[in-house]
Order: sequence, then C-alpha cells, then structure tokens
Amino acid sequence: MKHTISVLLQNKPGVLSRVTGLFSGRGFNIESLCVAETLDPGVSCLTLVTRGPDPIIEQITKQLHKLIDVIKVVDISESDYVEREMVLIRVKAESNTRAEVLRVIDIFRGKVVDVSPKSYAVEITGPQSKIQAVIDILKPIGIQEIVRTGTIAMARAKKF
Amino acid sequence: MKVTGAQAIVKCLEEQGVEVIFGFPGGVIIDLFDELEKSDITNVLVRHEQAAVHAADAYGRVKGDVGVALVTSGPGATNTVTGIASAYMDSIPIVVFTGQVPTALIGNDAFQEVDIIGITRPCTKHNYLVKDPKDLAETIREAFYIARTGRPGPVLIDLPKDVVISKANFTEPKPVKMQTYRPTYEPHPGQIAKASKEILKAKKPVIYAGGGVIASDSNEELTELATKLNIPVTMTLMGLGGFPGTHKLSMGMLGMHGTYFANMAVSKCDLLIAVGARFDDRVTGKLDEFAPHAKIIHIDIDPTSISKNVKVDIPIVADCKYALTAMNRWFDVQDDFNGKEYEEKLSPWLDDINDWKRKHPLGYVEEGDIIKPQFVVQKLHELTKGDAIISTEVGQNQMWAAQFYHFNKPRHFLTSGGLGVMGYGFPAAIGAQMAAPDKTVIDVAGDGSIQMNIQELATARQYKCPVKVAILNNGFLGMVRQWQELFYDKRYAGTDLEVSPDFVALAQAYGAVGLRATKVSEVVPVIKEALATDNTVFMDFVIAREEGVYPMVPAGKATTEMLLT
Repeated sequence: MKHTISVLLQNKPGVLSRVTGLFSGRGFNIESLCVAETLDPGVSCLTLVTRGPDPIIEQITKQLHKLIDVIKVVDISESDYVEREMVLIRVKAESNTRAEVLRVIDIFRGKVVDVSPKSYAVEITGPQSKIQAVIDILKPIGIQEIVRTGTIAMARAKKF
Repeated sequence: MKVTGAQAIVKCLEEQGVEVIFGFPGGVIIDLFDELEKSDITNVLVRHEQAAVHAADAYGRVKGDVGVALVTSGPGATNTVTGIASAYMDSIPIVVFTGQVPTALIGNDAFQEVDIIGITRPCTKHNYLVKDPKDLAETIREAFYIARTGRPGPVLIDLPKDVVISKANFTEPKPVKMQTYRPTYEPHPGQIAKASKEILKAKKPVIYAGGGVIASDSNEELTELATKLNIPVTMTLMGLGGFPGTHKLSMGMLGMHGTYFANMAVSKCDLLIAVGARFDDRVTGKLDEFAPHAKIIHIDIDPTSISKNVKVDIPIVADCKYALTAMNRWFDVQDDFNGKEYEEKLSPWLDDINDWKRKHPLGYVEEGDIIKPQFVVQKLHELTKGDAIISTEVGQNQMWAAQFYHFNKPRHFLTSGGLGVMGYGFPAAIGAQMAAPDKTVIDVAGDGSIQMNIQELATARQYKCPVKVAILNNGFLGMVRQWQELFYDKRYAGTDLEVSPDFVALAQAYGAVGLRATKVSEVVPVIKEALATDNTVFMDFVIAREEGVYPMVPAGKATTEMLLT
C-alpha cells in the first residue's frame, strides 16, 4: 500500500543522505521525495512517498525516528490529508493541435508558462491522480519533456 | 578562555573520565597527539587502526563505559570502518576521532582525504564533521552522550586539521539536552502488568536473553526474575554471562550452534520472553518455525528491534534494567502469587528440558592423543576457575569458546557477534587487559583469524599486556571448511592454510613467549605455564584437523533440524 510520510528534520549538511542512505541500505523503496525548509530555517520538512506491507512501513517510520537528526515522523496517510504535486510539461503544439492543448490545460486548470512556435510548456498542480490523468491525455499529442516535483502533503485539520 | 582545538579535545576527554585511548597518528592529527602527550591520558599505540577500534570496543565492554580511538585521515580513517561496523552491530559504545584535511581542502581530493562521514554514516549511531573550533566541546559531549545512552553504539567525530590547531572559547560543561534524541528508559506500567500476567499463565516459558542484558547491567535483575519463577534461560552469543552459565536454569546458547536443549525448549515453549535480544537469523533459523507455539514478550530499548524479524505480542520499549526491575516488583506485590505453586506448575516443563539435556548434552568425542579444541576450552575454564576474560576471533574458535567456557559473569566474554570480524579477538584482549590489568585475559583464536591482526603482538609487548592467546590450530579456515564438508562435498576451496608461521617462533621474535602442545597430555602443562607467565603468550594447540562445531542448524533451516555430530 502507498504511504505518504512526513518527516521533520534538522536542517544540517548530510541529513538528507542519512535518510536516503537508510532507504537504500535497508532495501526500502522511495517513490518520491520532496524537501525544503520550514518557517524555522533550522528545520526542514521532508515528504516521502513509499510503498510496502504494514510491517515494512512500521520499520520505515521507526528507523527514520531513530536517526539522531530527525525530530518527528508522521505517516500522514493514516488519517485524512491533502496531497499536491506540480508538473511542468512541454507538449508539442503545432498548428493543428495548439487549440486542443489549450483546451485540455484549461480543463485541468493548468497554466501555460512558456510558448514557442511548436510547443507549450504548461504547469499543472494537483493530487497524483490528476497529474497522471493530464499525462495520459497529453501523451498522444506528444510530450517532449516532463519534470515532476514529487508529492507534498499535509494532514487535514480537525474539523471540531 | 581561549584554547586550541587540541586542548579543547583533551579537556573534554578528561571531563568524560577517559584514561586510555587507542590510537595511531598521522599528518593531520599530530597536534592532538602532541597535546595528549602532555595530559595524563595514556595513548596505546596500536600497529593498525582496525585494532585501535576493536581494543577501544573491548575496553568499553569491560569497563562498562565508552572506549575511545584516535586515528588520522584517509587510510587511518578507512581502516577503522570494520571496527566501527562491528561495534555498531554489537551496540558497543565507542567514540572514534578521525583526522581530516583542513576545511579549505575538503572536497579537493587532497592527500589522505576521504569522506569518512559519508563512509561511516550507515555504520555509526551518529557522526559529526566539526567545521568550527567553537563547536568542538559541545560536539564531543554530545557524542559521548549518544554513544553511552539508549541503545549504545559508535559515534565518529571528524576533525579537520585547522579546527584542531585554531583557538576558540572553551564552553564549560553543562548537561547534554537534545531536542531530537530521547531514548525511552522507563517501561509502560500497563505493558509490564500485561507481560507479567502472561508469564503467570504460561506453562512452558523460556527467557531468551541478549546483549542488552549486558549493556544495561541487568544480569542481577534477570537472575532474580528467572529464579523467582524458575524460568529456564537461554542466551545469545552477545548475552553470554548475562545469566550464570553454570546455573541449573541455564540452557546455554541457542541458535545455529546453540545447545540441543535450548533450541528444543524455544521450539516447544508457549511463552518466549526476549530481553535485550534482536532475533538475529543465527538465532532464529527459519523464521516461520521459530518458537511457533509461543506468545512473545520483547523488552528492548530500541523500538526498531521490536517486530523487525518476528512479530511480537507484548512489546516493552525500555531499558532492560528498568523493565526487569518493574517486573520483579510486580510479582513481589501480587498477594495471590505463590512461587511454590508456580514452580510446581512448571515442573513438567523443566523435566522435559532436563530430559533433553540428558539425551544430548554438549560434548565431543575423544580421539586418543589428538587434541580436541573443546577439551582445550574446558581446561582453560577449569584452570582459570571460570574467572578469565575471554575474547574470541570468529569461526569455530568462537563457537567452542561460547559453548564450553560457561560464563558466570557479565562483561567477561568479548566477541564480534553481529559483524563476525576475524581479527577482533587479539586487539580486544589487549583492550580488555588495559581496562582490567589484574584479570587473566585469554583470546581463543584460530590459526586463520589470529593472522588478521597478529601485528598487535608488538602493542601487547610495548604496553606489557600479559594476554594469553590460545590458538586452536587446525591448518584450516575451520568454519568454512565445516560448511564445505557438509554442503559442498568436501571441496575445500580456499580454506586450506597450507603455509602458516611457526607461532612459537613468531611470538619469540616479538619478545613474547611461545608454547606448543601437540598431544592431549601437553595441554594442561602448556596452559599452566602460560597462566604463570607474566608476558604475552601464544599457545599453539595443534588440534584435530577436521573437528566440527556441533550441534549445528544449517543456514535457513528450522532450529529443531540440528545436526548433532
């Protein structure tokens, strides 16, 4: 099963390689990983998507917690959460498909961020399922380049 | 007060109570050696950096404190890796200082530069590159704190040359407080009650004790629990000495070369109480068939050890000492707990175990004049009254020592359990002797593994360590040969040590004493002479060439599928 794990860690040199080294060394798998500073510049937040049976996920969270530089580990997917990923896609847009590409981007509430005579670069944000849907639709038209950020996620606030 | 980095380091070592370090100098670390020379700290100059780390490891184990090693950059640093990885797997507290090229040169492929932080990241509990001399003192204090608390382990501090020589303010000591590292010592009272009630219900309980019992000094608490309830105890290799090996409730070691009765007891028990052990594959054999009928209670200070290999029913995350004390108190205050009654309930179970003990005790077949290695270890036990500190190399020598030297006290058995390092035992013996000058220290070695750190003869001589090395010499890399005999049709590929030094002459060349026994009648006189000698002694026991270690559970098999001879 897919799990999205959020890790707060001290923003020090080498901390990221402690995390990735843990995954490679113990044979855990990382589907995506996204890391940046929080409001406190001394603390980073790392969002990591992984897959595995429950005992493996339990080991992953425990092993992460064991790293001295790790402050907090939360398996966000255990409760309600919002996840987002951003993708930049350069898609072929020649005279016969330019209008169609724009329509598709519009449907997915995307934005054109770069234009050339033969292509558009577009930006789309959403949960992974939406990103996958856009890719599936644009593929037949011709994707020339694609860059994804990987997922970031946040637990939903308690409603009451 | 402004001091140089080197001065700050020495002050911190003194603050931590360090009396002995094991080191080997080099270009970038000269200044620190220079400063150490002015202090009361003894530097034991080893002949290879790997030995420095093993010696520090053993020193720490015997003292029950942190061992310290100090080496230079580049090859000095990379040579420590095996020792660090061994300490990591065995949860031994050590702090390793490595020299580093000046900060301005880091990343430039400078002479003797290596990214030792990157290299040791997966085999240290934590490591530090100190880039600013003002951070030195706090880093060192934190390093010692991390090494000795929680599940102990090695910590490495990398010291660029400019950090060692430049001056900075020395911060006065204050208690270490870390935001991100707070090991759990106290057990959850609910879990203690749950576990204790489960023990009361059990008809066939077994205690499975590991290195955590030694690390937490909870051998007395464990003995109290076992004897109060009459629960039989088996120990892992790392746990030997955690419960008296000659006690009637002791079943000795379990696992691949464990006793028949310990493995049978674990496979038939209805409750397994794991204390500071980690369900290593050499203990469990085939996982699905390990303790198949048992509920499992697991006490461990490291949450990652729990349910890693075997699903645990009642986890207790705590220091073994705290958890066992809490359990003992729980039983003390139970009004309806009747020790006598409980003992009666367990007596059929203990009868079963005694039957197994009678049926297949540990043993070996005598062969006339040919020396059997087990006999040598038995005699070592007898002639030292079981009171020596025993270190081992890795392989058959290690297993025979574990099986036949019945350890009654903790911190008397030093072995590289997890990583299995050939070459551990001799430097470890030196480290142990430095920690306990009045003790008899014996390295039980093989003729293969002794050669992996044999250069330490010079160190032993230089520091007048009267360690005794019992070489069980069969001319083979014996454990691998045994596997080849059993599973590879006796094709002894790469295991016949056709050429070895004359160990007696070699010892003499270093100014040590060399003795040899080639037949049974010579064993006792050789041991007696060695024990009476106030010098380093190599005892070369020429033993049966193809003797095997039994019982043996073939790798990946269930622990009940033991080969007995």
